[in-house]
Parts: sequence; structure tokens; C-alpha cells
Amino acid sequence: MKLKKKIPLIDQHDKFGFWGGKFGGSYIPETLKKPVDDLTKEFSKLRKNKSFIKKRDFYFNNYIGAPTRFIKLENLSKHLGGAQIWAKVVSDANGGAHKIYNATVHALLCKSMGKKYIVGDTGAGYAGKMLSMAAKKFGLKCKIFMGAKDIKRQKPNCDAMKKNGAEIVPVTTGSQTLVDAVSECMRYWVSNCDTTHMCVGSTVGPNIFVKICGWSTAQISRELKKQIKIKFNKIPKKIKLINCVGGGSSAYGFWSEFIDFPKSQIELVGVEAGGPKNSKLHAAPLSRGAKLGVLHGAASYVCQNNEGQINETESISAGLDYPGVSPIHCFLKDTKRARYTYATDEDALNAYKLLTKLEKLNPSLEPSHAFAEAIRIAPSLNKDTVIIVNSCGDAKKDRDILKKRLGKRI
Amino acid sequence: MINPINLAFKNAKEKKRPALLTYTVAGDNTKKKSLEILKSISKDVDICEIGFPHNTPIADGGQIQTSAYRALKNGLKISDVFQIVNDFKKTKNSKPVILMGYYNMIYQYGENNFIKKCKSSGVNGLIVVDLPWPENKGFARKCKSKAISFVQLLSPTTSKERLKNIIKDSHDMIYYISMLSTTGGKLKVTPKQILNNYNKIKKIDPKKNCVIGFGITEKTIAKLRSADGLVVGSAICKEITRSLNNRQNPVTNVSKVVAKLKNKIS
Repeated sequence: MKLKKKIPLIDQHDKFGFWGGKFGGSYIPETLKKPVDDLTKEFSKLRKNKSFIKKRDFYFNNYIGAPTRFIKLENLSKHLGGAQIWAKVVSDANGGAHKIYNATVHALLCKSMGKKYIVGDTGAGYAGKMLSMAAKKFGLKCKIFMGAKDIKRQKPNCDAMKKNGAEIVPVTTGSQTLVDAVSECMRYWVSNCDTTHMCVGSTVGPNIFVKICGWSTAQISRELKKQIKIKFNKIPKKIKLINCVGGGSSAYGFWSEFIDFPKSQIELVGVEAGGPKNSKLHAAPLSRGAKLGVLHGAASYVCQNNEGQINETESISAGLDYPGVSPIHCFLKDTKRARYTYATDEDALNAYKLLTKLEKLNPSLEPSHAFAEAIRIAPSLNKDTVIIVNSCGDAKKDRDILKKRLGKRI
Repeated sequence: MINPINLAFKNAKEKKRPALLTYTVAGDNTKKKSLEILKSISKDVDICEIGFPHNTPIADGGQIQTSAYRALKNGLKISDVFQIVNDFKKTKNSKPVILMGYYNMIYQYGENNFIKKCKSSGVNGLIVVDLPWPENKGFARKCKSKAISFVQLLSPTTSKERLKNIIKDSHDMIYYISMLSTTGGKLKVTPKQILNNYNKIKKIDPKKNCVIGFGITEKTIAKLRSADGLVVGSAICKEITRSLNNRQNPVTNVSKVVAKLKNKIS
């Protein structure tokens, strides 16, 4: 299993859609073959089409707001006394998280395929909120599938979805979280694929959805590469790019431009959700040795039992609370290009506390997992090492959880 | 020797009616009850589809999901599924069995092991919902080498070119999904439209046994009787749920429903 250079990772799959010969693919019911094929053709045509790229860039610049900031966290760096810590503030993007890139591209694709309805899944509610925003912007009718448990814990995002005119469909099966929302959304698509476009909220699902999402979030690292060159005049010798990993869309977007660099120069670190400290449940298939399995149309490492039933997961962060992970992260893990670890709920909360005390930054619980890892390793590194954390979401949506867990100080 | 699945179709044809296929979930609501249901409906059924329940079923509607969760909640394991088949096949009136489920369970069991176990417990065919053609070619070939029919699925969205290729690679039976829907959806196309598409499939290879499934109930089954076979699943799962809710015996109730279905196509 080997990575190729100079070819985007999203395109390094075989004719059946597998990365490294075994991750990904399209395990879909026959009914979805045609809509998936149609989407695949449309996307491969449009991504080469100059006027489509121009349109995408127009909306990225003027609607999403590019570039998002790249800032040094002076106080945190000083406090930890080791490596310098920087943040790519992707939560600056319109709507407050990286999910807007994928949502915007899907809305554009939906329009160009002549479909008027768009549906999507959501965990933290950001994918849903952004899809509802993009749908409103482009005049599409929008339905969002969301686990009943997540609807309760991410209320601010639900309010936003409703305000944007989207219908939220509560999913009450199984664990009532993202995994069930994705299943229900796929079921809905099976029944309505002739009129409706489906947006998968992360770099998961059948091959084409991994590709579209990765292609969209790659904007993050395109911006970052330029920003690094401006700030440092060159690419520094020691960089660590730390990103949380649920499905893995923000991590792929944050890393894509840097995968060809040697590992010794740019280390890629993915941080999964370790769940509550004393709980056996987690959402960390990569770092806690889950077996390869098939979930939601793709083969990846999946939290499951010996029988192939999908395990329940647990995390304080709804956006990371998912038993599977992107096939491209499985590929990056097995080729050893990226390192994957996890942070517990408590680690993430502590990181959030420290960060908000020292810096003018309000990362959601998802990137707080990444900050936890940065805080853990920074003290033992020298100041020439540049740690960059993708602050991919804003904590507004976590208002209720933070209040409950950290008291009134938030 | 003629394959038991083909024989079932032949027998039905001789009686000038479509074959009746039922779908029940193994272990719904218990191992014992699901076996009893199979034994009891067997007299009216030509082929039994038995679902191996998965907790993330992306193509099943509410009724079958409920049945699957119920079976899993009662601790059903894959080994139990094979045991149920094994016990069923030992009974006098047993019918050909087609197992139906999702690929991850086969994947975790190991393809070769799974097929071996199918063989030894008497499974005659397999339907894997999320393993479409051409990805299923290798697995289908393995099934065939052990005389297990791999059932290819076709849907209203399947292109003509694809239809031809899939039918060419199919074994004893093909399964036409009546409409764009998960299992158990309300029939949203007319039986005439369904049969139109069905006839297009039959034209490509008249000798292949083709069944129609998804959304078929007591109300609609008679209108589709010109097909080689008809599958009823969700309506049966629904009856099990209804019986349990009313504290009635699902075995008797389901048997009545199946007898009625049979009556409508005889």
C-alpha cells in the first residue's frame, strides 16, 4: 500500500473506488447505482470545467469568506513554553464551520443536475445548518436528518436550520445520533433519488461522496499553504498539523496540500473522540484499533462487534460521535503518513477551558479535541516547531453542554 | 438434479400461479418463534427468504427495521441464523431458503466461511442488499461454485445496458425491485407500470425466473400475478409486530396472512 505523489489523495483509488485496494468502494443498493453514477459523471465533468471552478471560487470568496484567518496563539504558546502554536480559524467561515465548503459545492452540483430537492445528514448540526444555508442561497428545498439525541444537545444549530427554512427530520432509531441519521438519509434517498440530491456531510459514504467532500474542504489547505509562506517566507522545517477526526472532512481539507511533504517535515496528526474517561464507549476507530468493516456504503475501520453489528459510540462532541471514519484516513493510517490518536471528553473540555482563558478564540468541542493534543505535546517540543491546529468550528452550538459541564463561566 | 429454487418455480408454474416468497427476519421475535413461523407458513410458501438482521440497514423500511432490532435485542447471532435454517430444513415440508442481508456480516464472517456455513446448513440462495453488480462478481462466482444461487437485484433505475449485463451474470433467480423505495414502502407506481418493467427484463432472458418485491401486500398481490414470483416481507413483519402488540400469537396470525396471500394468487 503506497501513496502516490502529485495526485490528489481523493483520486488515488482503483476502478471500484477503493483506496489502497481495500478502503472505500461503493456498497450501495442497486437503486442507488444510477444516481451515484450520474453524480460521479457530473462531478468529474464539472471539476474540469473552468466556469464551474470560477463559480465555486466566487462563492468561496464572497459567500463563505476566504481566506479564513491564520493566527499565532501567543499566550497559549507562552503558557506551554514549548512549540509555537498557531490556529487556522476555519470557524471564521460563513456559518461558523468548515461544513459550509461541502454544502456549497453540493448545492451547486444539485442545481447543475436540475434537481430541486436536497437532503443531508448531520451530527453536530453544522453540516445540516450549512446545507440549509446553501439550499436557501441557491433556492433548493432542503430536508435534514438528525438523531433525536443530537437535536436535543445541539439546539442552536437546529434553530438555525429551521430559520433557513429546512425541515429537520428527527431520527429515533438506534442510538439516535449521527450514525442513524446517515442511515435514514440514505434510506430517504433510495426512495426519492429521481428528484432529490443527497449530500453526505463528511468524507464518508460511497466513493463519490468522499471525493466531493474532500475536493470541497481542500480549500482550507490551499489557503493555509499561502498563509504559511507569507508568515514564514517559506515552509518551516518542522510543522505539525493537528486536526480532529470524526468522519474526517476537515482533517482531509486541512492536510490535502501537505500530504506530499516528507513526514519528517510536516507531521499530520488526527485526533479522534475517546469518549468519557472511564467509559468503554468511544468514537475512535483509527486510534483504538477497530476492525475493517462496511458502513454506509464504504469499507473503513469501524467500531463494531465480531458479528459485524455496528457499536454504539459515545462522545461529548456530536460531530465526532460516529463509529466509522473516512476511507482516506484509513489509507493515511495504513501508509503511516498520518498519526492518529484520541482525546477524551475531559481532555477536550480542559483544552477548551485553557484556550478560552488565554486566547480570543472559541473553538467548538470538535476542534477542542485537537487542541487537547496540541497542549499535550507542545511543552516537550522546541520553539522552532510550528504546531497548527484547525479550529474548524465555533462553540456557539455547544452553549448548553458547556454550561452544564463547566458551569456559569461560559 | 434440478436446483430446488428452479424446482419451486417449476411447480408453481405448473399450477399456473406465481411462486410465493416470504421474507421473515431470523430470530423475530425469538429463535423459537421464528422457526415456528417458518414451519407453519411453509405449506403455503414456495421459497422462504430469511433475513439476517443488521443494526444499520440502509435499504430497509420501518417494518423490517423493527423486526431486525427485535431479533438483535433478543441476542440473535449469525450462528443462530444458520441453526434456524438447519432446523427448518430438517422438517418435512421445508422449502428452499434464501438468506438476505447486508455485506458487513458476511465480510466479518469471512466470505468463504460464510458460504461453507450456508452450504452445510442447507441455504439455497443469497441476497446481499449492498453488494451490487459488478462488485459482487467475485462473491457470486464463489457462491455458484458451491451450488448456492446468488440473487442479483434489478431496480427501476437500472439502465438497459446494465440490465443485460446483470442478467447475463445472474444465476437461477433475479429480483426486480418494484419501485424507488426501501422495503415496505407504499406502492407508488401502478402494478401495470411494474409489470411493464418486469416484461422488459423477461424479454432479455425469458428463461430466468424473475420475482418482484417491495411494497407488495394483500391488496396489490393479485394484480401482479403474471410474474414468476412475488415476495412479501414487510407486510409479514408488520403482522408480527401487530400480534405482539396485541399479545396474540404471531405464528397463527402470520400463517393466516400468508394463506390469504396464497389464496389471492392461486
